[in-house]
Amino acid sequence: MSQPPNSLPRATPTGAEVLIRCLEEQGVEHIFGLSGGAAIPIFDALVDSSIELVLTRHEQGATHMADGYARATGKPGVVLVTSGPGATNTVTGLLTALMDSAPMIVLTGQTIRKNLGFDAFQEADVTGITYPVVKHSYMVRDNRDIPSITREAFHLATTGRPGPILIDLPKDVTQDPCIEPRPAVIDLPGYSVPSHAAPTDLQAAAELLARSRRPVLYVGHGAVISGAGKAIMAFAEKLRAPIVNTLLGKGAADETHPLHLGMLGMHGTAYANKAVDACDLIMAIGARWDDRITGKLDEFCTTATKIHVDVDPAEFNKIVRPDVSLLGDARLVIEDLLERVEPLETEAWLTQCEEWRVRFPLKYPKKGGLRAQHVLDRLDHLTAGNSIISSDVGQHQMWAAQFCRTREGRRWITSGGAGTMGFGFPAAIGAKLARPNEEVWAVVGDGGFQMTLSELATVAVHDIQTKVLVINNNFLGMVRQWQELFFENRLSGVDLEGNPDFVKLAEAYGVKGLRIRRPGDVDRKIQEARDHDGPVVLVAEVMKEDNVFPMIPAGAPLSHMIIEPPKQRLEKPSGST
Amino acid sequence: MAAPDLELTDSAPSEPSLRKDLHTISVYVTDKPGVLVRVALVFSRRGYNIESLVVSPSAQGGFSRMTITCSGDPEILEQIIKQLSKLVDVVNALDHTGDAAYETEIALVKIDCSLSQRTEILQIAEHYGAKVVDYAQDSLMLRIFGSSEKLDACVALLRPFGIEELVRSGKILMARGQRAT
Repeated sequence: MSQPPNSLPRATPTGAEVLIRCLEEQGVEHIFGLSGGAAIPIFDALVDSSIELVLTRHEQGATHMADGYARATGKPGVVLVTSGPGATNTVTGLLTALMDSAPMIVLTGQTIRKNLGFDAFQEADVTGITYPVVKHSYMVRDNRDIPSITREAFHLATTGRPGPILIDLPKDVTQDPCIEPRPAVIDLPGYSVPSHAAPTDLQAAAELLARSRRPVLYVGHGAVISGAGKAIMAFAEKLRAPIVNTLLGKGAADETHPLHLGMLGMHGTAYANKAVDACDLIMAIGARWDDRITGKLDEFCTTATKIHVDVDPAEFNKIVRPDVSLLGDARLVIEDLLERVEPLETEAWLTQCEEWRVRFPLKYPKKGGLRAQHVLDRLDHLTAGNSIISSDVGQHQMWAAQFCRTREGRRWITSGGAGTMGFGFPAAIGAKLARPNEEVWAVVGDGGFQMTLSELATVAVHDIQTKVLVINNNFLGMVRQWQELFFENRLSGVDLEGNPDFVKLAEAYGVKGLRIRRPGDVDRKIQEARDHDGPVVLVAEVMKEDNVFPMIPAGAPLSHMIIEPPKQRLEKPSGST
Repeated sequence: MAAPDLELTDSAPSEPSLRKDLHTISVYVTDKPGVLVRVALVFSRRGYNIESLVVSPSAQGGFSRMTITCSGDPEILEQIIKQLSKLVDVVNALDHTGDAAYETEIALVKIDCSLSQRTEILQIAEHYGAKVVDYAQDSLMLRIFGSSEKLDACVALLRPFGIEELVRSGKILMARGQRAT
């Protein structure tokens, strides 16, 4: 490998060429990335490849695009960036993917091997920096290992609990000829992928279920990832048990189904939270009892029996000690369990849940100014749930989760665990590229949009027909809501005065801009955006100081849910964030 | 070996009393770059203090054995074991605290001593089966091996004489009989 490539016959591929061939063999069709010195050999190899390069304007955008691509399909999204700052700009995207178990491959250029550790130009200890935010990572020190590392990386990214894998590639490793690459063998003695749950555990779960009269199925992202939707619907219908889902579990089961009570947790529906608070059995399916869900843990479902289905054994006993834990793939576990259960006597329970649904519906005032809830409610109706919605993080995210009901898995994309502002728009770009025949909407706030809106150039150049709905209240609205409710309305660091005119900004990028000012414009403008043959930025100038309800203050028990805007001052919440 | 008189350890009371809060975890890992950092991060993120860590090649090529003695909230220990097991490079991680396992450790102790103190130090050394491995004008170096508790007790007895340097290997351990470590 010491000879320059020019002195060898052209037939000997470089490390980069071997890498790209491996990616093609894995079925990669798009790479999201931004070039730089240490990655030039890889970008060079892409010239002759069938893989389409989506050139982004910032590496963070590339990671969220890959993430959105992955969440819309289940296939890993691939990112290619350069060394040093290029690589460190992927850290937020890695965390986002790790927290939400999204499969992603991040390829980072690196300085040549002999410069490692010598503070070379654009050198960073990227594997070191990223250890806590990857499922696994590699530094390639010998380009003959590229086929096996690539194969292992894709296997790890997509199986078990999916997650991001980083491969750091020194420039000489990719530039030098790759002579006699070693076979692409997976050698991971420390890694196993659970599939079916143990029969004894299934039996124990079935026996607990048989005794329940007030069951709730609590469905999370794991159910979406494993494609357990059909199995869960059949299971719920056979048991006659109501379903609630987490923010990330939206769509695993059809949210418009009569047995579905919508999202639970901090900003979930009142009826979902009341059902969880009153149930005698709660069964988590690919969900991890997050603090947004449980509120005050000591008072969460204290008397209810708990069953936990998860593919990651580290989730058992982490937050909640279940009575039975079922280790396995959510779809397989539910399918296996379906044969072992009988219909339950839940008539009274379902009647009670229905009563709550009627008594405490999601609602918003129809009068006054333009409200985000109204815009999102209409978006849901006009698209009839047939679009893919990718949200950003904040108030608009919660309103979208409440009002845009998700009918099937992989039609709702959002950053849940990490709560990454700036995620929604690039993730929508990735989703649109992955599923070009679907209508894809990014629902973003004015704060988050500005973190990654340089990707407007990416949609313009590639004519990616993503529709962006900007819920513009000129505030960091969720923090403002907390300050209003819990900090005596002492507003600090939330006023986004000086926002640009987003319509003009879109036009500056060559993207169509539309604006909604009045409730009466909503349907017409949404339809205009849908009909436009190209990307659109639709800016809803909503009222500045609206709040998301219901709300369970962080760290409070579910019974302390605030359903209506409160009249009295509230205590500062004890829970985190 | 006679049990050391614990009253004599008053000069360093923290050492023996810490032991009972310590856990010993054996981690079998593939011998890949970065595995040590990945393992260490599992502990540091959860506020666990690593007391000692011994890494050595295992009987099988390509694998290493880590023996980790650590202290922290016992309720988090189960999570630590599970998060270690979750690492791709970790084949298995087992908590051997309270198990039937053979444990041992080696310590090297350098003591400043005048001629008048030597006899007493050598008596302590003999009592603990310690070997004098360096005999100098004003100092002695002792090598002691045995259980970590025994080493604690011996070191505590030597402390009043003025320990100049102390190096301990950290505990290693192997499960007895047919049980896997």
